[in-house]
Amino acid sequence: MCGIVGLFLKTEKYRPELGRHTASMLHEMRGRGPDSAGFAVYDEGVENQTRLTLLAEGQEMDWHPLAAQLEDVLAAEVKVRSILDHGVFETMGDGRVARQWLIDNVPNIDVLSHGRQIELYKSVGDPDLVASRYDLASRSGTHAIAHTRMATESAITTNGSHPFVTGSDTCLVHNGSLSNHNQLRKKLEQRGESFQTANDSEVAAGYLSWRIREGDTIDQALHGALQDLDGFYTFAIGVENGFAILRDPIACKPAVVAETDDWVAMSSEYGAIATLPDVEHATVFEPAPGQIYSWSLAA
Amino acid sequence: MTETILDLSVASLRDVNRALHAGTSGSFRVTNPRGAHAVAAGIESDIEVHIDGSVGYYCAGMHQRGTVRVDGNASTGLAENIMSGTVHITGSATMSAGATGNGGLVVIEGNSGSRCGISMKGVDIVVGGNVGHMSAFMGQAGNLVVLGDAGADLGDSLYEANLFVRGKVESLGADCIEKEMRTEHLETIARLLDAAGMDADPASFTRYGSARKLYNFHVDDIDAELAGSQSSREGKV
Repeated sequence: MCGIVGLFLKTEKYRPELGRHTASMLHEMRGRGPDSAGFAVYDEGVENQTRLTLLAEGQEMDWHPLAAQLEDVLAAEVKVRSILDHGVFETMGDGRVARQWLIDNVPNIDVLSHGRQIELYKSVGDPDLVASRYDLASRSGTHAIAHTRMATESAITTNGSHPFVTGSDTCLVHNGSLSNHNQLRKKLEQRGESFQTANDSEVAAGYLSWRIREGDTIDQALHGALQDLDGFYTFAIGVENGFAILRDPIACKPAVVAETDDWVAMSSEYGAIATLPDVEHATVFEPAPGQIYSWSLAA
Repeated sequence: MTETILDLSVASLRDVNRALHAGTSGSFRVTNPRGAHAVAAGIESDIEVHIDGSVGYYCAGMHQRGTVRVDGNASTGLAENIMSGTVHITGSATMSAGATGNGGLVVIEGNSGSRCGISMKGVDIVVGGNVGHMSAFMGQAGNLVVLGDAGADLGDSLYEANLFVRGKVESLGADCIEKEMRTEHLETIARLLDAAGMDADPASFTRYGSARKLYNFHVDDIDAELAGSQSSREGKV
């Protein structure tokens, strides 16, 4: 099953409350995915600053020694925030070098996300617990996507939880199952993508990542996905300053969208949207099969 | 006549549905549905139910005899397997509205998503806006009246059932064809529009139905059939 939600704030009005509204949406989707959960939150970020979210699964990590090593590599300051087994590094140094150095040199941690705006948290367990553990409700920002998982294609692990990162400031959540993920995984590995799990959704993320790296815009990459992904999917995708939705052409997996002057919200079920402010004045619609919907903040 | 108020922000869904099932006559109002699933499912008496707000999946499923009116939208499976009575919503419905319905009337003032009236078996469905792709898939009996447009593959693998569309049809499904509009069909449309409280000229609709070419096996298709079984033995797709 799985439940997905996305909330994109078009105006500043609700940005201080982004996390609170996302947490209440996630709460409504617990029944669709009780085994694990995750969320990505985006804020405006700082110009030229890279932010990396790191995971040392199950460990109460002191991230400062690692940050100090990274400072030597980058010759730039690395600021640290620790939340249980997650850590957030922020640096004005070269973000790509930082990410690659962490991947190559620190085998017991995962780089969950990288970019200017994104922070990403995921864990096994009840979605409400995951949200409170990583303090989703107190966060402000421009947009967020979140997921509650009912595992079908691979094991219940933190790494198998969503969202999956597809590139800088880009991640996706998936409701559905892909039938050609093994074949596609092999093809993508030949083209230089690497995968950490046997999860089908990670392959979808890897696919978009590859297309974007080859120069596609997110819209072009999603057009490619319509051709190359076989199976059932509703995707919610977070990008820098934007948000997108895609359902497969058969569209068995549910999705509903609501939009007001201030926000766009999508979810697997209307119940998650019903809690949002001013929802009684929202335009509510079901996204059409095989059609790409996207919103972005005016630059 | 008194109206019984059932507030879903206070009462549980089970309690609300139990109260509706216990009712044999009169009027009920369900408040604060907030997208709850299965609201007013399984009603089988002549009661009137008003739901103030949008509902989730399977609202008024398995409905018989009474009337359910939703002031709002409905998600997947509105009035699924309706047997008789009326289900009327003022907003739009998502997937599979009126699926497998055996009788009764489903009215959707807004749009209906994919597979509206899938496997319909005698239900009448009137949609004020558009219907999504694969609507009336494998429909067997009943009428689907669409005042707007229909998505791709309308009436795919239709057995019987009449499909009346006023707007554009993106494409017809396998074995679904345009058919002659006769007097009895115009009367059916007029009757259903009246029951739905909608205004449109019955002559402005086009009728679609089954070409009845998929009812029986055709010996001309034997080559394709054998080729299919041969490739499946060889493990080809």
